[in-house]
This record gives sequence, C-alpha cells and structure tokens, in this order.
Amino acid sequence: MNPFSYHKPASVNEAIHLASLSSRFIAGGTNLVDLMKENVIRPERLIDISGLPLRAIEATANGGLRIGALVSNAELAWDPRVEQGYPLLSQAILAGASPQLRNMATTGGNLLQRTRCAYFYDTGTPCNKRQPGSGCPARTGLNRMHAILGASAACVATHPSDMCVALAALDAVVHVQGARGERQIAFADFHRLPGDAPERDNHLGDDELVVAIELPPPDFAAHCSYLKIRDRASYAFALVSVAAGLTIKKGLIEQARLALGGVAHKPWREATAEQALQGQAPSEALFTQAADLLLQGARPLNHNGFKVPLAQRAIVRALSEAAFGKTYPGATP
Amino acid sequence: MRAHTPEDAQAHPISLTLNGQARSLQVLPWTTLLDLLREQLDLTGTKKGCDHGQCGACTVLRDGRRVNACLTLAVMCDGAELVTIEGLANGDQLHPMQRAFITHDAFQCGYCTPGQICSAVGLAREGRADSREAIREQMSGNLCRCGAYSNIVAAVEEALPLMQEAGK
Repeated sequence: MNPFSYHKPASVNEAIHLASLSSRFIAGGTNLVDLMKENVIRPERLIDISGLPLRAIEATANGGLRIGALVSNAELAWDPRVEQGYPLLSQAILAGASPQLRNMATTGGNLLQRTRCAYFYDTGTPCNKRQPGSGCPARTGLNRMHAILGASAACVATHPSDMCVALAALDAVVHVQGARGERQIAFADFHRLPGDAPERDNHLGDDELVVAIELPPPDFAAHCSYLKIRDRASYAFALVSVAAGLTIKKGLIEQARLALGGVAHKPWREATAEQALQGQAPSEALFTQAADLLLQGARPLNHNGFKVPLAQRAIVRALSEAAFGKTYPGATP
Repeated sequence: MRAHTPEDAQAHPISLTLNGQARSLQVLPWTTLLDLLREQLDLTGTKKGCDHGQCGACTVLRDGRRVNACLTLAVMCDGAELVTIEGLANGDQLHPMQRAFITHDAFQCGYCTPGQICSAVGLAREGRADSREAIREQMSGNLCRCGAYSNIVAAVEEALPLMQEAGK
C-alpha cells in the first residue's frame, strides 16, 4: 500500500470539507483497502467517516425506512423491519459476500464498490475504468463474468453488488450531501452505464457523501424473490441475479418490479418488461414474455453467451417464486 | 489537490482492548490490523492467507463480531474491543469451540483453524444458524484447503448449544 494521510472528521460537513480529488472516504473498507493493496486506487488522504452519526434505521413519515449510510450490511439484513417489510432486500444482502464482510461493509459503501473485472484489478494490463483511454482487454479477452447489456466499446464491466439489485427493484432513493448541500437521487439514476467514460461508476460528485438510503413503503413483502446464480453454492459473485417483486390482487398482478444483477454496469431494469406483467394473471408464459422484454438488446461477448438463456430462466423462476412461493408447482429442487 | 507531505503520513495513537487487556499503540495509517497483530504484537495465531478478504484465515472478533483483520486498518480500531484466537481460552481451559474442534478433528494442517474458530464463535453470537445447512452457509467466509469441512460443521454444531449454556 502507498503511504497516505489519515483524517477522522467529527461531522459530515467536516468530512465533505476534507474531500478532494486525491482523497477517499473510508467506512467498512472491505473493497477500498483491497484496491489500495493492489495499487488500483492510490489515495493521498483517507477520510475515516466511520465515527459519523449515520448508523440509524428510522421509519419515515410515509411508512418507509431511512437507512443511515453506515449501517452494516449484516445489521440491515437482520433488522426486523427489513426482514418483515423488505425480505427482498434481506435476501439480496445475505446472498452477497461472507458473514465477516457483511459485518464490516456499510450500506453506503455497498453502492460504491467497484467492479471485480480482473483487468480492472490487474495494474499490468490496460483498463479504461482504471486508466481512461488505455483500452479494454476484457472486450476480446476473458469475459465470462462480464456484461451482456448496456456495455460500450470502452467497457464491459458489471456492477458486483447484490444489495443494489434489490434497492433498484424497490425504487430506493439515495440521499447525498456535498459542498452545495443535500440532494436526493432516484436509485435508477444513481449508477450509470459506461459509455465513453467508464471511469465513472455513478453520478455522485467528488465532494459528495452518501448519507442515507430511503425505502418507499413496503409493498412487495408478500410476493418477492431474490435469485442468485453463481459458480459455487455460497460466497461468489453473481453470474446472473434477479430481484422480483409483485403485488397481486384478486389473482392479477397489480405492480411488478424486476431487476437483474451480474449483467450490466448497473442493476438492469426495463419498464416494458414490468408493464407487460401489470394487470395479468401470473403464469410461466407471461413470465417468459417479461424475461424476453428485459433481455431485449442483449449482446453477449465471446465467453458469456450462456448468460442470456441463464438469465431468461432465472427471471422466470424468480417471478414464479415471487408469485407462487419457493415450492411452486413445477419448481425444480 | 493538496500535496502529500511526510508530516501528513504520520503514526497515530490508538487505544484498544486486546484479549481483555487495554493497549495504547502508535500505528501508521496503512498498517492493517492483521499486520499489527502479527508483526508488532507477536500474536501470530491470526493467520495471513490470501490477504484480500477471500479466505477468512485472519478472522478476529471486533466488538463481538467476526471481521477480516486483513481488510481492517489498525488506525480505524481506536476504541475497539478485539479478541483473537489467543484470547478465547480461559487460562488452561479451552473455549467450548476450541474443544469441539479437537473432539471432531476439525482440521488437518491447521492453518485456517484460528480463523475458523473465531468465525464460528462469531456465528454462535449472531444466533442465526439453526441447521447444518445454515452452519455451512454461514461459515462460507472461511476456506479450508485440506477440506475438513464436514468435521468443521460437526464441531460447530456441537459447540453451539454448549456456548449458549455457558452464556458465551
């Protein structure tokens, strides 16, 4: 690790004031310390925000929850209000990382974790995300784990988070604070597609700090499923993951939410796929139609063509589990 | 952008409780908790495996919760209560989890064992493992290259109720 200076501000304002282009905020550190060991990120200054008062989970006036940015992944997944009102979020968090990492990693930090693309981590290779303009070896190299949707000529990296896939499906709102004050960012607008600036993962300003994540009222607790497909049974990044949430009234789907992980630079949603489910009776044929719409425009690379049919089947299964329960008729064990 | 100066990158004083003892230390900001334990404090029970948070060999308990010492900066441990494998036994009396690992021969080379045991103690305190399947899932942050997994699960399964009785 390169030398750096260390600062522990006592307030959010002080933290923002200390921020510069060569500094990084640190909280759980599970991703940042690793990237610093690999010399992928070499901050001159670390601003330790772990002592800031951002650890509360509070009810909001409209019946939702406001989650402080420093709430750990484990605390969030096991909070009774989250387990009961937002089981989709609990399931997604518990599908990610390991128990040790979930004890350390924070809610805000989870949003800001970097891709696990091997070329991004390997400072001996070019990477447009690490060094803009240097090239993308993943496009023609080993790209089994990479994006099938929304990628660009410059970058085919995926966002690695499970939690963010659920937050996208739940229409969470990100509260940020910067030198110019506070603002709120809809979850769908927080992360960005790589385009020709893959060095930017999201729309957070350099001086801005994520202070909280807000969840709308819990509409999808009765009918939801987070399905993660990975290379081993636990503790691996997603090849494909699906967050599905439905509300069902008198046998018809009222609201539908569907987000994919492991396939793009951000959690992938498509309004037409969700609209196709509304007002319809849940069935495998309907879910297949939604899956086709969600995967519209998929462009697999040399080694990840398998992700398209895998995602297709995972979407149908996640929606079936959400509609009919984990042991729905026709479910394969 | 502010220039990086040597006086910026200085040692910081921290105070923490380590295996029941209050300690005051000076640490450089880039020293990990794992390196502090092994290199500065001669507590080599905590092992360095991957050094990237992927293997769990460095697992210690921070404020009762299991964490990866390799991804923890020591300077961020000011005020923390830390327990390593060296701090689990009560004198000559082994912790129930340590005894269960011996009873079930839950290791071969032993390199991952301190991390496995600290992780299992953290798992017990979390109180979420109610089946062998849940133990397997919740021990997934600890790799054992010898493949002693079935005996590790058996050891954890045996020690969980013993820890509850002992109130640990």
